[in-house]
Amino acid sequence: MAEQMSREEYKAYVEQRKRGARRKHIAGQAGRHFVLIIVGMTMLLPFTWMCLASFKPMAEIEEINPVPSEWHPENYLKVFEEIQFGRYYFNSLFVAAWVTFLQTLTSAMAAYAFARIQWWGRDTVFKLYLGTLMVPGVITMIPNYTLVVKLQLLDTYQGLIIPAAFSAFGTFLLRQFMLGIPLALDEAAKIDGASHWQVFWNVIMPLARPGIITLVIFTFMGNYGSFFWPLVLIKSEYLRTLPIGMLFFDSSYGQQTNLLMAASVMNIIPLIILFVCTQKFIVKGIQLGAVKG
Amino acid sequence: MKSKWTDFAAAMAFLLPNITGFVVFTAGPVIFSLVMSFSNWSLLETIDFRWVGFQNYADMFTDEEFWLYFVNTIYLMLAMPVSIGGSLFLAMLLTQKIRGKVIYRTLYYLPSFTSGVALLILWKALYNPEFGPINAVIDWAIQDLRLGDLIVGLTGTEATAPNWLLSTKNLVGMETEHVRLAAKSWGIGAKDAIMFMGVWMGIGGGNMLLYIAGLSNIPQALYDAAQVDGASKWQIFRRITWPSLAPTTFFIVVMSFIGGLQGGFEQARVMTQGGPAGTTTTLSYHIYTKAFEEFQIGYASAVSWVLFIIIFSITILNWRLGGKQVAE
Repeated sequence: MAEQMSREEYKAYVEQRKRGARRKHIAGQAGRHFVLIIVGMTMLLPFTWMCLASFKPMAEIEEINPVPSEWHPENYLKVFEEIQFGRYYFNSLFVAAWVTFLQTLTSAMAAYAFARIQWWGRDTVFKLYLGTLMVPGVITMIPNYTLVVKLQLLDTYQGLIIPAAFSAFGTFLLRQFMLGIPLALDEAAKIDGASHWQVFWNVIMPLARPGIITLVIFTFMGNYGSFFWPLVLIKSEYLRTLPIGMLFFDSSYGQQTNLLMAASVMNIIPLIILFVCTQKFIVKGIQLGAVKG
Repeated sequence: MKSKWTDFAAAMAFLLPNITGFVVFTAGPVIFSLVMSFSNWSLLETIDFRWVGFQNYADMFTDEEFWLYFVNTIYLMLAMPVSIGGSLFLAMLLTQKIRGKVIYRTLYYLPSFTSGVALLILWKALYNPEFGPINAVIDWAIQDLRLGDLIVGLTGTEATAPNWLLSTKNLVGMETEHVRLAAKSWGIGAKDAIMFMGVWMGIGGGNMLLYIAGLSNIPQALYDAAQVDGASKWQIFRRITWPSLAPTTFFIVVMSFIGGLQGGFEQARVMTQGGPAGTTTTLSYHIYTKAFEEFQIGYASAVSWVLFIIIFSITILNWRLGGKQVAE
């Protein structure tokens, strides 16, 4: 065909094919965006409804129109009057911060022993550690509860913090990061007379920072939302964490949907901020977690 | 030789805090709960401690409640293929050349990132049959859009919005009191509500991120070669994408099984109290009520050990089968 075309004809033919391809490309892009936006709306709609409902007067909750006729930002203040919301906030942040600090420290130390020191039986012990990742939470919950009762830590901050201060997952995650650091660095430091603790603290910890940050985020989030453990452990109102406070708020003020939604919004906002600021680390961390197989 | 010993000592010192925690809060409890599962230990002081052998296990297996809750647990996992397939689909869209990837990814990840009691309370309000927005939309569609008339015309039954969390009906038609199917139980109810919500929460979460990572690890050369050979889109997916993702899919399936078998506790505690009539009670919620509301530590330990054994065998089985498939 092409050999019978004149040069002009051939050029026009090529142009046309190009334009067709571009049109097809644009159509494909539009189609993809359409699907992506629909899914995005599905994800966003419940959140939107929650925000709008949190500004409604109580009488309007039942209305199909999600937009409040008059806006009541004082709903948010009311939450603080009805329950000790500020106290719950503090408890959640306080416990999560302590757990995060202790868990990161113990995990980093163990990871150092597994990644940077050669010792007899190391890999066997590490496999044992990995094995414990398979132990379901339900099985350790009851014995841990009875243990905490025996230690008289029921209904205390310590009871919330100490059992959560150790993590096989954190050890695994940080070990992966530490394995990637060149061994020559340790050796150079040791020749200069550095002890293991100095190597750990001054050489490895700074270099493992991306891993540390990832673990800090995960541990903090996991603990901020922790539900089962504080639920069985905490009896006093002033020790309730946010999830527990929310649960009791729901069961005692369940009819006041607008206030409940305001409390939920305040519960979720720190998470959203955290995610938007640190999503690079979060995405990496989740993807790294799967390498363990 | 000396440095070998100092290294060993240093390693032990570094491991000490973590190992202590591991022995006290993980290894010890596993053994302890096995031992306790052979006792009648109760936190109620009126009951004397006694070893009962396999009595707890025998009671459990002859108790139809246990089997109902077991089936409930499995039921909530039925949406796993939809959820995992959806994650893969979204990941494939997001690894194409397209603008705004990060924005979409953030949006999709939002539900699983914020999941917790607050979102469960939100969904409880959304599902409320009287004033929840979901049924408001359904009622509007049935009445104002005349969808009701259409359904009556097609099927001859009256169309009504589901009662969601208040209904014992379910899409499989499981009866409430016995492990069997019945036509009258067929419909949409609490189990389905929790299942749909689970898909919403999970579809754009960690699984999607894992698939995105898996997809970007497939060499572009494979796709180029396939295109030169004139392969169709479906063939490319079937012959390149899917097999290359096998390790990722395998990991996701194993983790979903492990999570699913332990799942349903928060939903039951926050949204339904395990009801109506126990239809949303899963094994983990059953263990919770036995241990922390009825204080039967011995019995609850036995149930948790059965759950542990199921999870353990499925993991081993998956490794066996999956190992082979991935190796191909």
